[in-house]
Amino acid sequence: MARFLGRRFVYSIGVFIATSIIVFGLSRVAGDPRHLFLTEYTTTETWDAWGREYGLDRPFIVQYVIWMGKAVRGDFGNSLTHHINARQVIQERFPATLQLTVSSFIGAMVIGVPLGVLSAVQRGTVADYVGRTWALLGQALPPYWLGVMMVLLFAVQWDLLPSYGRGDWKHFVLPTVTLAWGSASAILRLTRAAMLEVLDSEFVKFARSKGATQRSVIWRHALRNALIAPLTFSGLVLAGFMTGTVVTETIFAWPGLGRLAVQAVNANDFPVLTGVVLAVTAIYLGVNLIIDLTYAIVDPRIRLS
Amino acid sequence: MASEARIDSRMAEFSRRRSRFENLVTFFRRYPVFPVFIILVLAVAAIFAPLLSSHDPERAENYDDNEVAPFWYEDGSTRYILGTDYLGRDVLTRMIHGARISLLVAFAVLGISGIIGTAVGLISGYFGGTIDEIIMRFVDLTLAVPFILVALVVGIVLDVSLTTVVILLVMFFWNGFARQVRAETLQLKTADYVSLATVAGSSAVRIMYKHILPGVFSTVIVIATLTVGVVILVESILSFLGVGVPAPTPTWGAMISDGRNYLATGWWMAFFPGLAILFTVLAFNFFGDWLRDELDPRLRQIE
Repeated sequence: MARFLGRRFVYSIGVFIATSIIVFGLSRVAGDPRHLFLTEYTTTETWDAWGREYGLDRPFIVQYVIWMGKAVRGDFGNSLTHHINARQVIQERFPATLQLTVSSFIGAMVIGVPLGVLSAVQRGTVADYVGRTWALLGQALPPYWLGVMMVLLFAVQWDLLPSYGRGDWKHFVLPTVTLAWGSASAILRLTRAAMLEVLDSEFVKFARSKGATQRSVIWRHALRNALIAPLTFSGLVLAGFMTGTVVTETIFAWPGLGRLAVQAVNANDFPVLTGVVLAVTAIYLGVNLIIDLTYAIVDPRIRLS
Repeated sequence: MASEARIDSRMAEFSRRRSRFENLVTFFRRYPVFPVFIILVLAVAAIFAPLLSSHDPERAENYDDNEVAPFWYEDGSTRYILGTDYLGRDVLTRMIHGARISLLVAFAVLGISGIIGTAVGLISGYFGGTIDEIIMRFVDLTLAVPFILVALVVGIVLDVSLTTVVILLVMFFWNGFARQVRAETLQLKTADYVSLATVAGSSAVRIMYKHILPGVFSTVIVIATLTVGVVILVESILSFLGVGVPAPTPTWGAMISDGRNYLATGWWMAFFPGLAILFTVLAFNFFGDWLRDELDPRLRQIE
């Protein structure tokens, strides 16, 4: 297991470095990076000082190391619009994104897993058709369009739910549904497939012949094993959330990291944008490592390999 | 006698009709009729866009005609079938021209990604060893890089254009081809006819090009078809976030993005382009599934 986790760790570091090299490379493609990191109202002294600090007269690799060294310590430079360190801006926005992703993750699991089970157990019934239609639409429906259309119905037309901002539980409904929609459908599809496979296996037949009730067979024996599939998939759900939060927070003016990134693009606030990209990538990779660790513990096949 | 004969002939007529209907049902089940129909409509729209509509997709003819409702509304007009947007541009015309961008991007991205991915996959699978190891580690890395975030960085650093969008998407779609082609190459290179070619003294390039490539070709086509929907979705997300093909070029994603500010007064601006994306993606997904089953049943397990 140590070897498995060690490999995953090295891989995560690799992904982080790759992402940072892309971001760094892009910042130097456009010419003097000071145009990205400083505003046009900068004094010559600051301009030169910045150049010395980031070693602009030295080779690229040295520049990268300097920039990266600052970045991993949380110093992304000063925000051009907020006039404080980009790290502070990011820290302020982080809780909102955390809330949204956690509620969406729970929502996706709570809806996707039971519906997947029902769809597998009661084939040919209404639950199955709902499940399968959703599984299909989840792949094809643009999530941001779904969000916009829900605003149209629930906020503009019926005035039931707020369409923007963060506040009481009502504010959570539309953003959560928008963000969870695609993942819920993917989890549903996976649970359904895994469930169909497990229900056909020997130990389920054994449990049946032993006289276990249908309910106990499905929820106790089969589901436990079928759950490994959606759990393994949760890493990809998170990857989807990285795109999803950017889109969802933009639609619902949710004050999180995703919206911050888009605002930074519109305001040409490069330090904040790089900060968000690196922070989000690091968080994503960290959580993925934790997921790896969890199913290494849960699944002996991984633990012992 | 006579009446019996009449009944017989009517029965025959009935069963003939019935079987004709059944034939039709089987035909629809067996072939992706609706998806192909949608794809054809899109292709016609994309190719003949300027001929299909007399409106200008980028500029309004009459600035007083902004936010005109679709034709079935009382204040709508048949001049603008699906209404106009906040600037007075015809929504349907912009959607037709938007199909152009979507399909153009999808074909460019998948064409280039397919060529690069196939070449890399062939090399990686055929030579194996260290080369394979290095290439596959690299592919794994690129698969995990957060695409949308990088796209935002590109959006701030460079002037985004159709070309940058295509390059960006290629960077994130070639690796799928590389992986699959490599896996198939590993299988094919152990085939007898490949060994024979090696014994006969064919060069590595010749073997890859003449003997392995034809074997992986159908796989490449299937992956490309199944990925069209994803590319169109991602392109529309880029446009929605403002880092796609820049305005005033009509793209479906940008139309939804613009339209969401006018939901209270003109729902049609955001509604119809989304519907277009939905049907396009569904059509290509269904068509891809069918193509996979026809050409390459082995791929069925890969979802």
